[in-house]
Amino acid sequence: MKIVYNGENDARTFKDVIPATIAAIAEKDPDYIYLDADLMNCIGTVKFAQANPGKGIDCGIAEANMVGIAGGLAAVGFKPIVHSFGTFTSRRCFDQAFLSGGYAKNPITILGSDPGVTAALNGGTHMPFEDVALYRSMPEATVIDITDPTMMIDVLWKAKDMPGVKYIRFPRKNAVKIYSDDSTFTIGKGNVIREGKDVTIIACGIMVGKAMAAAEQLAAEGIDAAVIDMFTIKPLDEELVAEYAKKTGAVVTAENHNKIGGLYEAVSATLAAKCPTPVEYVAVEDEFGEVGPQSYLEERFALTAAHIAAQAKAAVARK
Amino acid sequence: MEATMKKDLQKLALQIRIGIVEAIKSRGSGHIGGSFSIADALAVLYGSVMKYDPKNPKWADRDKLVCSKGHAGPAVYATLAVKGFFPYEELKTLNQPHTNLPSHCDRNKTVGVDMTTGSLGQGTSLATGMALGDKLKGRDSRTFLIVGDGEINEGQVWEAAMFCAAKKLNNIVWMIDNNKKQLDGYTKDILDTGDLHAKFAAFGFDTVTIDGNDIEQLYDALTKKSEDKPIAIIMDTVKGKGIKEVEETFGNHSMTVKPETGDKWIAQLKSELEALA
Repeated sequence: MKIVYNGENDARTFKDVIPATIAAIAEKDPDYIYLDADLMNCIGTVKFAQANPGKGIDCGIAEANMVGIAGGLAAVGFKPIVHSFGTFTSRRCFDQAFLSGGYAKNPITILGSDPGVTAALNGGTHMPFEDVALYRSMPEATVIDITDPTMMIDVLWKAKDMPGVKYIRFPRKNAVKIYSDDSTFTIGKGNVIREGKDVTIIACGIMVGKAMAAAEQLAAEGIDAAVIDMFTIKPLDEELVAEYAKKTGAVVTAENHNKIGGLYEAVSATLAAKCPTPVEYVAVEDEFGEVGPQSYLEERFALTAAHIAAQAKAAVARK
Repeated sequence: MEATMKKDLQKLALQIRIGIVEAIKSRGSGHIGGSFSIADALAVLYGSVMKYDPKNPKWADRDKLVCSKGHAGPAVYATLAVKGFFPYEELKTLNQPHTNLPSHCDRNKTVGVDMTTGSLGQGTSLATGMALGDKLKGRDSRTFLIVGDGEINEGQVWEAAMFCAAKKLNNIVWMIDNNKKQLDGYTKDILDTGDLHAKFAAFGFDTVTIDGNDIEQLYDALTKKSEDKPIAIIMDTVKGKGIKEVEETFGNHSMTVKPETGDKWIAQLKSELEALA
């Protein structure tokens, strides 16, 4: 794993890397099967499905049925991966993911695209601020908020062979590039992507790039911030959280999600048990989403680098 | 159907009903009505139609059963016990702590149970996925899916039905246990499902309606294959079928069964069994 962050976006979008990765995995692994609920066009997988009718299956607009079918496929030897927008692969099919997937021990990889404010112009009906909270409450589930396209590729390869339900949220468009193209990741382990001694910013998903920008702003003000990319929200890398809380004495979490049930609560629970430390958060308050360009929504819901920097200072002040 | 075969299947159905009573009696209560209504169907499936091996219950090429009305677990357990998947005595552990036989079917607990069910509707999609998977793997196996007539209130059932027909899954057989009742009362009073035969035919199934407590009619329907359509068998059944007292109890979805009542029913079923011998 090599950090190549310079504030720029990755030249590739997620829509570029996902179809190629699914095709590559399907070619290597005859048990890999991809299902969608009429949103193949949104992640660029139509050509793959047309060329591989037995490996890419469109279930139509029926997410609950799709997840159940995935469970049945897993039971007879397949490694299914399903996709829809994050709202629909979480709230819309949660009981199916919970029982037909998790409880029945049918391993399924579940992709939820356009989490939180990245749903942008699709608006509040399509804007999951609660998907992480739902899947965190599912026993044995793994919950991942993807940082950049390089991570997406590696996580797709690794998730297929893991037990349980794996919920992976990611934006369809681009993301700030953090990692070199050849980086690999350990699911369940956080990545320290910037060292620091005064405060630790623990971020996931689209907030990781903003956390790095915030750390630069803080450095200009004489505050030395560490940044952890906590892309696996469950199981949480509790040791790393405690280690950096001890080391820096103050913590800020940053997530594109409701403050209830997400990274903030996961980190806070860990610190309460292992290492009580002042914690501040950057997250959506307990409210519904709304429509608008992503840049507007990031301001509207207080999810910017400036907000992270301000909360970092607040955490430092509580030391 | 040969007379011997018919008699053997009738005997198996009685043995299954005895097993159901043994299990439910041991705990004192349970889902007896919907277990009794499918006993004949299970006898025909496990007595003649399905391909399986109790010594190798996970055999990939076996036929599979998904009892989507998962609360009929006691009927499935009785069938599996009689067929040697696990010791018959285990039936008496129904719903006890650490049991392998929970109220609702669980593939991770009970040897021979092919799918976990209980949240109604979900078994339909799971069975659909199993049938799809077997087809993609080129296996010569069928999936038999038992769905309750109350269960089909669930919208997911119709999503799965659409999928089965659209993808031409001719290796799945939907068996609708049309016993006319659900927990709160008669299906026609709760949420009238109307003409089930017409509904499944309209969804693109090869559809047949039979007396679901008649061994011969079940055998004929369950051995029929379809070229390119899923099969739907509307099984006209009686909830509680086999014991008059249960049949005539209005609230027979789940019943209390005292030991002496259970013993009486078992004695009656055993005498019917002897009469067939």
